[in-house]
Amino acid sequence: MTWFEKIVPSRIKTERRSRSVPEGLWIKCPACDAVLYRAELERNLNVCPKCTHHMRIGARARLQSFLDAEAQSELGALVEPLDPLKFKDSKRYKDRLAQAQKATGEADALVVLAGKLHGEALVACAFEFQFLGGSMGSVVGERFRRAVVHCIENRCPLVCFSATGGARMQEALLSLMQMAKTSAALARLARARLPFISVMTDPTTGGVSASLAMLGDLNVAEPRALIGFAGPRVIQQTVRETLPEGFQRSEFLLEHGALDLIIDRRDMRDRLATVLRLLQKRPPLAAA
Amino acid sequence: MAVSFLDFEQPIAELEAKLEELAHVTTDKAVNIEEEMVRLRAKSRQLTRSIFANLTPWQITQLARHPQRPYALDYIAALCTDFQELHGDRMYSDDLAIIGGPARLEGRSVMLIGHQKGRDTKERVRRNYGMPKPEGYRKALRLMKMAEKFGMPVITMIDTPGAYPGVGSEERNQSEAIARNLFEMASLAVPIVSAVIGEGGSGGALAIGVCDRLLMLQYSTYSVISPEGCASILWKSADKKEVAAEALNLTADRLNDLGLVDEVLKEPLGGAHRDPPAIAHALGEALQRHLLELEALSSEDLLAKREARLAGFGVFAESMT
Repeated sequence: MTWFEKIVPSRIKTERRSRSVPEGLWIKCPACDAVLYRAELERNLNVCPKCTHHMRIGARARLQSFLDAEAQSELGALVEPLDPLKFKDSKRYKDRLAQAQKATGEADALVVLAGKLHGEALVACAFEFQFLGGSMGSVVGERFRRAVVHCIENRCPLVCFSATGGARMQEALLSLMQMAKTSAALARLARARLPFISVMTDPTTGGVSASLAMLGDLNVAEPRALIGFAGPRVIQQTVRETLPEGFQRSEFLLEHGALDLIIDRRDMRDRLATVLRLLQKRPPLAAA
Repeated sequence: MAVSFLDFEQPIAELEAKLEELAHVTTDKAVNIEEEMVRLRAKSRQLTRSIFANLTPWQITQLARHPQRPYALDYIAALCTDFQELHGDRMYSDDLAIIGGPARLEGRSVMLIGHQKGRDTKERVRRNYGMPKPEGYRKALRLMKMAEKFGMPVITMIDTPGAYPGVGSEERNQSEAIARNLFEMASLAVPIVSAVIGEGGSGGALAIGVCDRLLMLQYSTYSVISPEGCASILWKSADKKEVAAEALNLTADRLNDLGLVDEVLKEPLGGAHRDPPAIAHALGEALQRHLLELEALSSEDLLAKREARLAGFGVFAESMT
């Protein structure tokens, strides 16, 4: 603290600070520091209009921006989490769940909607990263399985937007088994010859990246998303050397052959509709 | 080879050291020494029994990682004949953290796949401490596909701290290698029996662990994350590993209570490494029993049962409103 700050009454300092950043109206882009008007940013799907940095976006907002407005219905909404192991670290899992539910308005970390994309039926699901880091436990696995079953019964494709740190530790081995469960569901979908497009968004790591997220007919990512099996910190600790620039970002994965495409969020609807129409032998988008 | 003891086994270690000393004493009062040794041996067994009756999950984790614990190749040597170790993923390299190949078990051809740790420092480094890279999982998948083609059941032996987290692993897409195995194993048209023989470390274990029957040795573990990793994330301190091991329910008996394991194989007194032939015999007997049951099923029934098993994983509520 400088001598000048010491003599200025504290009331004046706080007023000045609160006036410079009105809560919630303006948002600073974490990539380019541009100060952005929140409403305008949301209209732009949380993509910075100055530098195209893709900020994180909630599961519902994501699905609303992706699907046609009409004919949406939620799948597996009544499937809710339990705490079979009575897991407790510094907090009880039960309390963590309640807190996450209150903060996000979701029962768990995956939202599944059956709907339409440019008029064609499909199921789209999205991870809610704000819900315990988008972690996959029993509910995420079961909702994902039901999404697949709905696709098979209605002969429609599946699109999944991942945003997750991986398996949910508080459900221990039960959550590890969700990797097997979701992958087995996708094997069924593949046997039914229905498309699955996996869209990896920032971040997609751990048990989800090592199961459903890497099993797309197309593996797609948003620009500059962190995608990997192990987190960069764990790798850094293991190899004890500086990680290469851009390591585990979408562009790095594309270069190493792990991704089919990187798609800007604002183009996601049209690009995925186009490719799904090709895979499903439907008329082109322009003619529809 | 002398048994090496873990920290909680120190009282047993002291007794055994005394026994060792007595064995080397040569006096003319040989009869008394003989008596003393019999008494000490009985005491050592008694002590082992009482210590092993109340092991904590962390102590079991230590046993699962015991440097003298039998590894996959030890079991294969004890149970099989004609084992032909096959190498490489045909794409990048041969990962020695995973071994595999066809062999004969009770007369029939089987495909064996397992994680393999090293016995001494040099071999540990060569086998990367049992932590596979993508090419290891891709080799495993290649062997599973071969087994399917020739109608051979697959036996996998799980013993890994986890898949290797390195730069090369990420460049070659560790995530995809694991995911692909989960996907393919879900519908591989031959029986798959998996046995956790040591550490079942997360996705790196599951990547060869999707199965029709899951066996666990009594002092093996299977977990979504290591107790150390869990402690440093949730408790912000690796020192809490014992509490984390407790919370994670990672022991064979706890997982059996949760219905995630088909059979727990009792280990010899003091753990598998104290009597390797006995535990190999128990594993061989269990493998044979489960394989006979699975081989009696038609391929359709086998896959339908596996699909139902995989779809049923998880504990959740379903509200009515």
